[in-house]
Amino acid sequence: MTYDADTLAQLRKDANDIVGRYPVKRSALLPLLHLVQSVDGYVSPDGIAFCADVVDLTSAEVSAVATFYTQYKRRPNGEYQVGVCTTALCATMGGDEIWRQLSDKCGVGHDETTADGKISLERIECNAACDYAPVMMVNWEFFDNMTPDRALRIVDDILEGRDVKPTRGPNKVSTFKETERVLAGFEDGKADEDQGVGDPTLVGLKIAREQGWEEQR
Amino acid sequence: MTELTPVLSATWDAEQSWKLSTYEDHGGYRALKKALGMEQNDIVQAIKDSGLRGRGGAGFPTGMKWGFLPPDDGGPRYLVVNADESEPGTCKDIPTMLSAPHVLIEGVAITSYAIGCNHAFIYLRGEVTHVYRRLMQAVREAYAAGHLGKNIHGSGFDLDVTVHAGAGAYICGEETALLDSLEGRRGQPRLKPPFPAVAGLYARPTVVNNVESVSSVPAIIDRGVEWFTSMGTERSKGMGLFSLSGHVERPGQYEAPLGITLRELIDMAGGMRGGKKLKFWTPGGSSTPIFTEEHLDTPLDYESVGAAGSMLGTRALQIFDETTCVVRVVTRWTEFYKHESCGKCTPCREGTFWLTQILKRVENGQGTEADIQQLLDTCESILGRAFCALGDGATSCISSSIQYFREEFEQHIAEGACPFDHSKSALFEYDAAKVTEEAHA
Repeated sequence: MTYDADTLAQLRKDANDIVGRYPVKRSALLPLLHLVQSVDGYVSPDGIAFCADVVDLTSAEVSAVATFYTQYKRRPNGEYQVGVCTTALCATMGGDEIWRQLSDKCGVGHDETTADGKISLERIECNAACDYAPVMMVNWEFFDNMTPDRALRIVDDILEGRDVKPTRGPNKVSTFKETERVLAGFEDGKADEDQGVGDPTLVGLKIAREQGWEEQR
Repeated sequence: MTELTPVLSATWDAEQSWKLSTYEDHGGYRALKKALGMEQNDIVQAIKDSGLRGRGGAGFPTGMKWGFLPPDDGGPRYLVVNADESEPGTCKDIPTMLSAPHVLIEGVAITSYAIGCNHAFIYLRGEVTHVYRRLMQAVREAYAAGHLGKNIHGSGFDLDVTVHAGAGAYICGEETALLDSLEGRRGQPRLKPPFPAVAGLYARPTVVNNVESVSSVPAIIDRGVEWFTSMGTERSKGMGLFSLSGHVERPGQYEAPLGITLRELIDMAGGMRGGKKLKFWTPGGSSTPIFTEEHLDTPLDYESVGAAGSMLGTRALQIFDETTCVVRVVTRWTEFYKHESCGKCTPCREGTFWLTQILKRVENGQGTEADIQQLLDTCESILGRAFCALGDGATSCISSSIQYFREEFEQHIAEGACPFDHSKSALFEYDAAKVTEEAHA
């Protein structure tokens, strides 16, 4: 491992915290891999060695796990992971065209990163927001009801260093590394940030209220 | 006319609905206090009597699942909540956890008490950062208020809850793959038996329940079994979230008694987009055989949907109008299954690959008449020949779409091209001629 002493000390402290959440050490492996990405921006050889050391596995065993899951990246990832849902429903509602225009604009294809390291583009599978189709995710925050124009503007903002704000989520999208730290199970104090609840989430409740159908609790 | 019945969604429009204080202001954690004063077996019996069935797709009776745990042997037993919502079309658990995470936490506490679990896990898919923030905060708030932790409300019952984020794999929604993943392994399904009730997490007795199932528990305990069974049909009791997506005017979450029909739901949703005609839809996600206009009045309960040749699944109603090419949609779903097949079972791993090859050929107008039979034969070779339901699910949309729309497959072959203008089914205008279909990674 080539981590400097401070980085390694912090990693060990965090890893200790993660391992402490589980009755069996190996269960910590998925969050540990997220933690590695929060430091290195991908699952690095150093990170694999670190995880193997923490959970008493070989680096081959850790690699076998890491390569199974799509969120673990095998090359340094862009600062912003931009995913366009192109599973059937989003694709039909316009996801394919949004993908085409973003790929054109960024000059990269699926699972590729722009030369400046800003954006990694990905065709993602269903992200459980079908009532907001077509959907895009930036560092795994929701960008609902996308159009090509809106998606292009978001990508422009990222490329030019401006903050971007999700539709449902915090006040601004964190970087890939910051996001990965949250996914490793470390709170970042943004849970109460909110852009309001979208219409599709509330549509049934509103109708029930208008009709006086509301269940009393 | 069936009326909507917001229960889980009842607080979603409240100010800071995700906070503990909001939840408690609306009666939250009352059911936990009541449950802690009950005998554990009485809680299990109440859930059995309520007829609550798993809301994650399979529809297995929740109380019966709890009842399968062997007698206490002094060792640990676990509750694992399946929050890996990834079935295409399914989008109900994410808004539940984003807007009202405490209803899940309270359900976890009651369920854990009922089954004798002292450490519960919530396995959340990793691709929803803000949902994870809300869940972590909710658990922290619940500990601070004494709803979790040691000697909860003086009952002597201890419970720890760990919220765990996955890392992108649809297969982890399968309960045994989820357990392997939670143990820090590749998420691949296990051979059953033994079922998780006997040998689950760390080979200990384990209950795996969907978010919506567990979230339904507090209301049943609070308001009683009779209240719950007053909703729904003879054998499909209670309410559930129906998620409308696609070509309707107002897509979204509609919480209604089981047995409501799509005709009623589309009506509430303001009709089909631009008054167009319904072509096909899924009753419960992409793994359930598609339905058409002729099923508009099929009651959306487990039995009626089953009798009509599909499955209620997750009540993920993906709705496609007449502008949609069914071959294109089915091809894309199949690419999803190819991508998500874990590779453990040959029929699923190889079958979904070849199905994708054939479907893309047909979609692009390069197929032959023999391809249609080949698709059906390949589906037959997968169905029932894999460890888990992913393989079976991959065949559903193909077999059912050929059953209802065979002539559309044939048209692609006869005309040597897709007869549809794909831009017509999008929500915005664009020039479809520019789009070059790329292979789905």
